[in-house]
Amino acid sequence: MINLKSFMARQDILALIILAALLFVVMPMSMDIFRLNLIGKYLTYAFVAIGLVLCWGKGGILSLGQGVFFGLGGYCMAMYLKLESSTPEATAIQSTPGIPDFMDWNQITELPWFWEPFNSLTFTLVAILVVPALFAFIIGAAMFKRRVGGVYFAIITQAIAAILTILIIGQQGYTGGVNGITDLRTLKGWDIRSDDAKYFLYFLNGALLLGVLVLCQFVLKSKLGRLLVALRDKEDRVRFSGYDVANFKIFVFCFAAVLSAIGGAMFTLQVGFMSPSFVGIVPSIEMVIFCAVGGRLSIFGAVYGTLLVNWAKTTFSETFPELWLFGLGALFIAVVLVFPNGLSGLYRSYLAPHVDRWIFRKPPEGGSTGTGAIDTPAFEPDPAARPAE
Amino acid sequence: MFADYSWTELGSIFAMQGFAGLILFSVFVLMALGLAIIFGQMGVINMAHGEFMILGAYVTYLCSNFVEAFVPALFGVYFFFAMILAFFVAGALGALVEWSLIRHLYRRPLDTLLATWGLSLILQQAYRSIFGAREVGVTLPDWLLGSVPLTDIIEIPINGIFVMVLTLVIAISVYFLMFRSRTGMQSRAVVQNRVMAGAVGINTEKVDRMTFALGCGIAGVAGSAFTMIGSTGPTAGQLYIVDTFLIVVFGGAASLLGTIASSFAISQAQSTMEFFLSGSMAKVLTLLTVVGILMLRPEGLFSAKIRR
Repeated sequence: MINLKSFMARQDILALIILAALLFVVMPMSMDIFRLNLIGKYLTYAFVAIGLVLCWGKGGILSLGQGVFFGLGGYCMAMYLKLESSTPEATAIQSTPGIPDFMDWNQITELPWFWEPFNSLTFTLVAILVVPALFAFIIGAAMFKRRVGGVYFAIITQAIAAILTILIIGQQGYTGGVNGITDLRTLKGWDIRSDDAKYFLYFLNGALLLGVLVLCQFVLKSKLGRLLVALRDKEDRVRFSGYDVANFKIFVFCFAAVLSAIGGAMFTLQVGFMSPSFVGIVPSIEMVIFCAVGGRLSIFGAVYGTLLVNWAKTTFSETFPELWLFGLGALFIAVVLVFPNGLSGLYRSYLAPHVDRWIFRKPPEGGSTGTGAIDTPAFEPDPAARPAE
Repeated sequence: MFADYSWTELGSIFAMQGFAGLILFSVFVLMALGLAIIFGQMGVINMAHGEFMILGAYVTYLCSNFVEAFVPALFGVYFFFAMILAFFVAGALGALVEWSLIRHLYRRPLDTLLATWGLSLILQQAYRSIFGAREVGVTLPDWLLGSVPLTDIIEIPINGIFVMVLTLVIAISVYFLMFRSRTGMQSRAVVQNRVMAGAVGINTEKVDRMTFALGCGIAGVAGSAFTMIGSTGPTAGQLYIVDTFLIVVFGGAASLLGTIASSFAISQAQSTMEFFLSGSMAKVLTLLTVVGILMLRPEGLFSAKIRR
């Protein structure tokens, strides 16, 4: 570690410790395994939300296709698990034993070529990281090199999410269709459905999340992080300073994609299936709201935002299914109009000064980051958004 | 895939699918015209556009039921009243939304996107609570039913022709409104240079509201026309929103002509391929082609010459 202080202020270390305590002590002690597994599932979305903080909050690139990468990671994992549970013995009643059950139902008689490599766990783990990164690189390179950004990028990523969903649902024999890849049992002979496994996966997920948070903190405090903010606020000025703006954008988009994919893979492991309903437009845009509620500028806020929105979703959609969509819709509007910096913005304006005074015995800083209004460019209309004729 | 068919059959298939594509084209054009005004001219992303369309469809549905029950004598022509009503209801809601939501967000286009998505969720749930989750359809008057036989294997449904004529009329009116009327001139002036337009005495806030309301109103008419060829459910609007946005972007955001051209290209490609491939693959291929072209040529088919 180069210099701890330079990339983690005391407040950030405190935030990390509190989150770690919450995830590793408070939650496991206060909840049964069912609820804990649910929290674990929510936390997998937090990976996506953290990626969006980097990409959207800091970099100003709104991707409405993060579900694509979540899905790619999840599907890679699910393909491996499915192949492991489809041994010739376990699938002896099928007309072609040894291939996944949904392929058999769709009259496919041999394993498609792109399923073959997923017999290997090493390949699968590499694929979880590389496939989304590659995909994001292609999209990012094509768009950012041509200086497409803003709303155009959002619309095109959304279209890609739509295309992938239609493709997965349409190609039932190869992907499991609308039901997705279900009935996943073991990982290298280890039953992922047992309570022990669920505990282990929860802790693994939490540890990964904290690792990702530290990594992101490092990225944000590095020169790269400051450049991201700069190119969000005045892209041209960064470009005129001699930086290749497109490469930074491509990098952060790929980085966010990989984070989403890790989340997706952990999701598959903990929930035990993967389906197109976590890939398409609606889940992708919901992931944006997790990030926005937490505060689009704070990686810690994104974790809490994800937990809060998902907890609210589960609670309300169980008891008042009709009200939930109204609530979610109102949340989208409120988070944009009323508190654009989300939970972390509220925390920074109201709580942080007291925390600083009591714990760190420090006078409150005037005008620290995030206390003011939302810091998207206030006076420069996005050239892509309002084309002049 | 062509080998199984004879030439005459292929001709008829292309004619029939081409005609089905024309109906799809009409729906796309009607939806995209409203969006092209709101997105292309104002730069506002309205994710709730599909819901404005569905509002028009529900207004038509209510009109149809009302006229059928109370003034059956007028049933043959109720559709025209319904359409006008749909225009004004959707337009009024649009003005309300602009006043309460959009006008605070003109400088933050990405946030508009999220806020209008929230609006679309609220509207969807509202439709579900009021009209039920089931799809509803309107009763068409007799003169719109049936089809015209063109040759012995090609038949053309009358309601399809009607929708196409309607689209033509609306497209021409929008053209005149935007390019030949004072309102349109003011609206384009505000888009090109807001400060200057304000300086020469145009009430830019009012023009914004009118433009947004106009776009939503056209969406309402689109929904009204949509009831003639399909049934309406609370989430039907969401099915079209991505296609419509792609159409507008593909056509070149600021160009109404481009919007029409890209609607035509996309609808024809989709409907012709649908016959030979499965529906989902046709859609995937069409959308992929569009996204691919947009990656190579981000400014769309008909682009305004601007420096970026």
